[in-house]
Amino acid sequence: MISKIEVYSPKTLQEAYLYLQHLHGRAKVLAGGTDLMVQLHDRLLVAPVYVNIWGLNELRGIEDTGESLRIGALTTYTQLIRSPLVRQYCPILIEAAQAIGGIQIQNRGTIGGNIVNASPAGDTLPILAVFEAQLELGSHHGIRVVPFNEFYTGYRQTILGPDELVVAIHLPKPSPSDRLFFQKVGSRQAMIISKVVIAVKAWVDGQKRIRSIQIAAGSVAPTVIRLRQTEALLQGQVLTPELIESARQSAMHEVRPITDVRSTEHYRRTITGNILSKFLCQL
Amino acid sequence: MKIAFVVNGETRQVDVPPMKRLLDVLREDLRLTGTKEGCGEGECGACSVFVNAEVVNSCLVPICQVEGAEVQTIESLASDDRLHPLQETMLKIGGTQCGICTPGILMAAKALLDQNPHPTRDDIRAGLSGNLCRCTGYVRIIDAVEICARNTGGPSVSLSTA
Repeated sequence: MISKIEVYSPKTLQEAYLYLQHLHGRAKVLAGGTDLMVQLHDRLLVAPVYVNIWGLNELRGIEDTGESLRIGALTTYTQLIRSPLVRQYCPILIEAAQAIGGIQIQNRGTIGGNIVNASPAGDTLPILAVFEAQLELGSHHGIRVVPFNEFYTGYRQTILGPDELVVAIHLPKPSPSDRLFFQKVGSRQAMIISKVVIAVKAWVDGQKRIRSIQIAAGSVAPTVIRLRQTEALLQGQVLTPELIESARQSAMHEVRPITDVRSTEHYRRTITGNILSKFLCQL
Repeated sequence: MKIAFVVNGETRQVDVPPMKRLLDVLREDLRLTGTKEGCGEGECGACSVFVNAEVVNSCLVPICQVEGAEVQTIESLASDDRLHPLQETMLKIGGTQCGICTPGILMAAKALLDQNPHPTRDDIRAGLSGNLCRCTGYVRIIDAVEICARNTGGPSVSLSTA
């Protein structure tokens, strides 16, 4: 099986676009391989052709563009963890990266791969959702920029065209008054797929009034989701124990989890509500 | 596909399918069988090797991504007749039992100590979190890495607690 697979390893991004254009839809993109190689090992998803982008250094690195951080799609979890810019502006992305796999996976897995693999359990995804990240998608036609929150259309479905690559992620810098929370719940701390993964970004003023709040969760719906009803319930309100209890109830009802090998629907609903409530109590 | 890369300091060339796993190239084509296959899906760390000085699961790396890279395997750890201090400590402390996970544990531990020569026990746990062991219960593995880190100031390893 393996011996029949063709691989193209472009030397430049432009060359990668040309391969994807000419192989129209037949090719899968190979980045860090931490998901793809497992699927291959399990004899799943065997595309006849791979475009190996691992060598494209122009897709690596994190830069400060003023209003946001531009994170190259091939940036590994280890590179995120070691980035002073990420530590300064999005420390919860470091928490998420450290919660992914073990060191071996963090050295190889990429943020672009986490996005394109499109698992509802991707641990960085709720953070990109609450930061309202923008994705730079590239192809031989050029670059288009799309909101991360419009990238997924269904379970493992995205708007990425067959000839497109995710080139970079633009993560808007939070305002100094924003509080950030991240929590992953799994059966153990390392090497585990999340039962629930939650990120929250909130601005609460001195009078305990919620000026803005974004809440996102993974592993509780076919895609990562924003809990927009719960956000609306909290927006502009003063934090009280009653409000926090309403938000907990709302979050429990807003998620759409399933029971699977990792957890049950009931547990996932309950824990989503409880974690949100814990975060709100800390504000 | 012809692929050249450096393994344990020596340039090697293989002619293999581009998606063949680095693990299989090491074991089958280069007969470097110190690297073990555990799960084959990146969960257990038994196949850990260094690629360009970073520890990775060789079961998840297709050989086409190793072109021109520097690979270090467990075979590079001992030099001549001397075991690496980590290997010596693991033996003396009893951090190895059946032995299948040991090459991967040693590579992950070396990666940790290369980055952080004086790790806390929590650092060691985090550094080895991608490696499973079903025999030891981990305590002696973590002891061994801790003792090795404490002792590797000088050229020889003395083990007061062993």
